Amino acid sequence: MEKRRPKLKIFKNPLRRWGWLFLGPMAAAFIIGFVWPFIQGIYLSMCQFKTISMAKFTGFDNYVKAITDPSFIHSFWYTALFAIVSVVLINVLAFTVAYFLTQGIKGSNLFRTVFFMPNLIGGIVLGYIWSMIFDGILSHFGTSILMETSFGFWGLIILMCWQQIGYMMIIYIAGLQAVPEDILEAAKIDGATKKQTLFRVIIPNVMPSITICTFLSLTNGFKLFDQNLALTGGQPFIIQADGSSIKTTEMLALNIFNTFYGSNTASSGQAQAKAVLFFILVAAIGLIQLAATRRKEVQQ
Amino acid sequence: MKSTIKKIAAFGLAALMTASALASCGGSGDKSSEASKTDSTASTASKLGDGSKGKVYWLNFKPEIDETLQALAKDYTKQTGVEVKVTTAASGTYSQTLTSEMDKSNPPTLFVIGNQQGVKEWGDYALDLTNTDIAKELNTDAYNLTDDNGKLVSIGYCYECYGIIANPDLIEKAGHKMDEIKNFEGLKAVAEDIHKNADKLGFDAFSSSDMDDSSSWRFTGHLANLEYFYEEKEAGGWKECPATLTGKYMENYKNLYDLCINNSLTDPKDLATGGHDAENEFKTGKAAFFVNGSWEYAAVSEDVKNATMIPYYCGVEGEEKAGLNCGTENCWAVNANVSGDDQQATIDFMVWLVSDKNASAKMVEQLGIMPYKNAAESTNGFLNDAARYTEEGCYVMDWATNYQPNVDEYRAALVSALNAYNADQSDANWDAVKTAFVDGWATQYKAANAQ
Repeated sequence: MEKRRPKLKIFKNPLRRWGWLFLGPMAAAFIIGFVWPFIQGIYLSMCQFKTISMAKFTGFDNYVKAITDPSFIHSFWYTALFAIVSVVLINVLAFTVAYFLTQGIKGSNLFRTVFFMPNLIGGIVLGYIWSMIFDGILSHFGTSILMETSFGFWGLIILMCWQQIGYMMIIYIAGLQAVPEDILEAAKIDGATKKQTLFRVIIPNVMPSITICTFLSLTNGFKLFDQNLALTGGQPFIIQADGSSIKTTEMLALNIFNTFYGSNTASSGQAQAKAVLFFILVAAIGLIQLAATRRKEVQQ
Repeated sequence: MKSTIKKIAAFGLAALMTASALASCGGSGDKSSEASKTDSTASTASKLGDGSKGKVYWLNFKPEIDETLQALAKDYTKQTGVEVKVTTAASGTYSQTLTSEMDKSNPPTLFVIGNQQGVKEWGDYALDLTNTDIAKELNTDAYNLTDDNGKLVSIGYCYECYGIIANPDLIEKAGHKMDEIKNFEGLKAVAEDIHKNADKLGFDAFSSSDMDDSSSWRFTGHLANLEYFYEEKEAGGWKECPATLTGKYMENYKNLYDLCINNSLTDPKDLATGGHDAENEFKTGKAAFFVNGSWEYAAVSEDVKNATMIPYYCGVEGEEKAGLNCGTENCWAVNANVSGDDQQATIDFMVWLVSDKNASAKMVEQLGIMPYKNAAESTNGFLNDAARYTEEGCYVMDWATNYQPNVDEYRAALVSALNAYNADQSDANWDAVKTAFVDGWATQYKAANAQ
């Protein structure tokens, strides 16, 4: 009477049966290396601690201190400005370079390699190299990159453009090469000008690349740390009347780092709270941007 | 048969993946150490364990003595069988390294608490050293650090001195004598004369005063001490970090600072970036004065045989009786959270370092002078200068700099203000330096003591 339940398919297929074995290690590593520290980080943001094994729970005090810290607010706006300028410049320039390098210029493979190369150098090294370059030029005018906030800002923009354009260029080139020939041909037959082809045909078709490139450059801009540390380290400071100082070229990540090792035994928790806020901010901005540009993507 | 092989292969691959994926997390994984959970106040000197069963782990902060320490550690292990591990974290990253090492299951048993801020941050992790064997070896308690409750948190294992290193040969070549330099007026006259005739002489007065990280501490830490010291002296000595400064001796700081930057090889405008090798300028005879400390003796005396050190003359009344700035940031603290056996082993090792004839000779060779009864004699010319000043009845300028609250942040702000001043020596820019120096102290004091 009773029907024998069929054996679950998952147990029949050996690959599926052993799936956990393949998933397991990475999942375990992910949990140990990311999920657990992340949860612990959130817990520590509500503690006062020096070493994490001796943490004392203090509730939301750290968050209050973090958002009332003027240096944190300053670094937030500075970072936001930096992110906007760098996203625009990096993407426009990377797309331009990619566009010309897909037009069949001689030696374009060599150019691609050369443009990509800066991306292989580490941030700290780049920061120190560029600080020498900038100071080499600025010393002729009796000044240095450490002397003016605007020098530090544009210096960092130049550095980041130099480093990131090549990487974004590779993504754009892949996107441009994936635009179907027949659409381009149809546009040509219909008498579209080069400009019309670019804005009406090519750009809508490379929207997925634009999505990923803006996402990468935006989050990179917000998370920037090593280059900031090595190039200016936050200098110059504005010395305020009460003796406190605002580091005018300090970005969010560096501010968190300086807070963690900066002031007192209570400051590690405050830095941790800043780091949690920082994560929420970067995640939110990233997701909003993804949603916004995704909507503009077209189906081929 | 085939499927068995497949299974084995799959299992092997998975194991390999786990291993490689987890390898990157190694070292930081072991966080739940029993040792660090023990009560930090439980152990006292009388309850220490058996040293021969323990082991020693010294987190050293002076890269220049690392080689010596490694050799000494090996000797000690050979002689006693006690395991000694020495790891060096450069002073710039010491606090980061200490923070992570302290969380491990085998934390350092011996580490450095060098100033009052260190006492605030790490005092809870330090064993009270009162009446321990190592404390009994000391010949002075001038270099010890105690917390607010009088707990002996750390004890000095060597001390150093700083001032202005001078090359008497060059000064004589310029037509002057060392005897002329007995106060600021004397120093100023000699330095300005040398600078004026620099082209003719082929050398200048002061070596470069770079403001990059490798050099700025000579001015934001050491030179600044003259301001703190005279304030401290007037107040009858500081027992703890004062909440505010008066800034009364800022003019004197300015006197000497201006003399350094304006009578030098390098245009003050070029100091922000750094990259001038001040030590080399002095060694190669391009400059007659070099603001630095006793640790430079070995390097400098090779080339400048007669190098000597003079005090910070800055125009304070009665400074003819000033001596060198003597003090230390080299203070040993023993971890309160490791087993009694380890603590005893660590203290035994410390006693050996300061009393064994060979070991202490090697330490002194590197470190200068050790304030212990049975330690070897010093061979450092600058420290001997310091002792000579003291014998002549001059006052020692102690390291009031060690009280600098939130030291890294405080000095960073001062560097930034001095950069602006170097580029344009206006009154407004000096006011900013004053603000960073005096008001910055109060601000950082508050930040450091906030709960």
